[in-house]
Amino acid sequence: MRIGVDVNGRRREADVEPRTLLSDFLRHDLGLTGTHVGCEHGVCGACTVQVDGEPVRSCLMFAVQAEGRAVRTVEALAEDDEELHPLQRAFHDQHALQCGFCTPGFLMSLEPLVRDRPDASEEEVREALAGNLCRCTGYEGIVRAVRQAARETR
Amino acid sequence: MKPAPFRYEAPRSVDAALTLLGEDAKVLAGGQSLVPIMNFRLARPATLVDVNRLDELAYLRKRDGALHIGALTRHATLERSDMVARGWPLLRQAVRQVAHPPIRARGTVGGSCAHGDPTAELPVALAALDARFHLRSRAGERSLGAAEFFVSHLTTALRDDELLIEIEVPPLPAAARTAFVEHARTHGDWAIAGAAVVLAPGHAAIALLGAAPTPVRAAEAEAALLAGGGAAEAARVAGARADGDWRAALTTALVRRALEEAGA
Repeated sequence: MRIGVDVNGRRREADVEPRTLLSDFLRHDLGLTGTHVGCEHGVCGACTVQVDGEPVRSCLMFAVQAEGRAVRTVEALAEDDEELHPLQRAFHDQHALQCGFCTPGFLMSLEPLVRDRPDASEEEVREALAGNLCRCTGYEGIVRAVRQAARETR
Repeated sequence: MKPAPFRYEAPRSVDAALTLLGEDAKVLAGGQSLVPIMNFRLARPATLVDVNRLDELAYLRKRDGALHIGALTRHATLERSDMVARGWPLLRQAVRQVAHPPIRARGTVGGSCAHGDPTAELPVALAALDARFHLRSRAGERSLGAAEFFVSHLTTALRDDELLIEIEVPPLPAAARTAFVEHARTHGDWAIAGAAVVLAPGHAAIALLGAAPTPVRAAEAEAALLAGGGAAEAARVAGARADGDWRAALTTALVRRALEEAGA
């Protein structure tokens, strides 16, 4: 099927099979390999992207369902190639990643929180990241990073 | 971990969707339960009827005191609605326990009900609220209560040619208080047991999560409360519905906590 999707502000067209997952479309058809694929059944959160501004699991959507929608991936988080997004910089500062496999999913899940609710309590931050698994950090650094980025955004 | 091939249809109207439904077709709503089981190839529908373009089913309306929830309403929309929080606080209490924000952004109220998982939160809350489920097919419409709609584990009364259109929730009784309590091994994981309660003068509703193959009302416990029994007694009666000592003890504790939270 022919689909047209706005990906990171650019209209992209492609022929896809209906069964192609959005995650595979982003990685294989568009070469946007910043979106990582972990469990492929909605548990780990590694593949989280934003569709029309909401964080969603890209392994639980078919690419054909993104027809006419706006998809945002980790590649679009920083505004230019030289500068990290404040949340990315905070992850670096606070040791919120080690192997980094889960990081794009965390960033795309948490960026709306930093943007829309910079006053969120620690409990709300933990609730917002509860759908993403990290096996390296123990989450403490991730919580600190979100709070740092939120402070800088306020 | 990739789905088997299927024919994909994305109708733009309910009428068009109804002509596509049938034996080998499966309705795709939010996909947060269906797509994982398709990725595992536990489900291999020949045709997928994607209802996500049916904007006519994405609504929350209050009419004559009742709440009308279009089947395509997202969990996140229900969660953020002030009208729902004011008039039907049990729904917000329940929806906040559903998985995680990215799942709630896609998952739909209708999809959660049509999936028929007895450990899903919203069906249990809707059973406690005496909700009606409105179904439509090319042959006509019918409307069922929770006790008829939920048939067994992952099984509802929906026929292959029927679509869940709307869930209608009557107004709460005056001065009602509600609570939703569940136990899951980790936050956002599938709940093992739980309870939704609605208490008001002369009114008691207790619905149980995970105690039976469907969401179920604890009618004997409701009667015990209305006859003047305390929360502890009602909780014991309700817990006795669950299988096994551990699940019964857990259900008893959760029902008691929910009743106390709702002021019993």
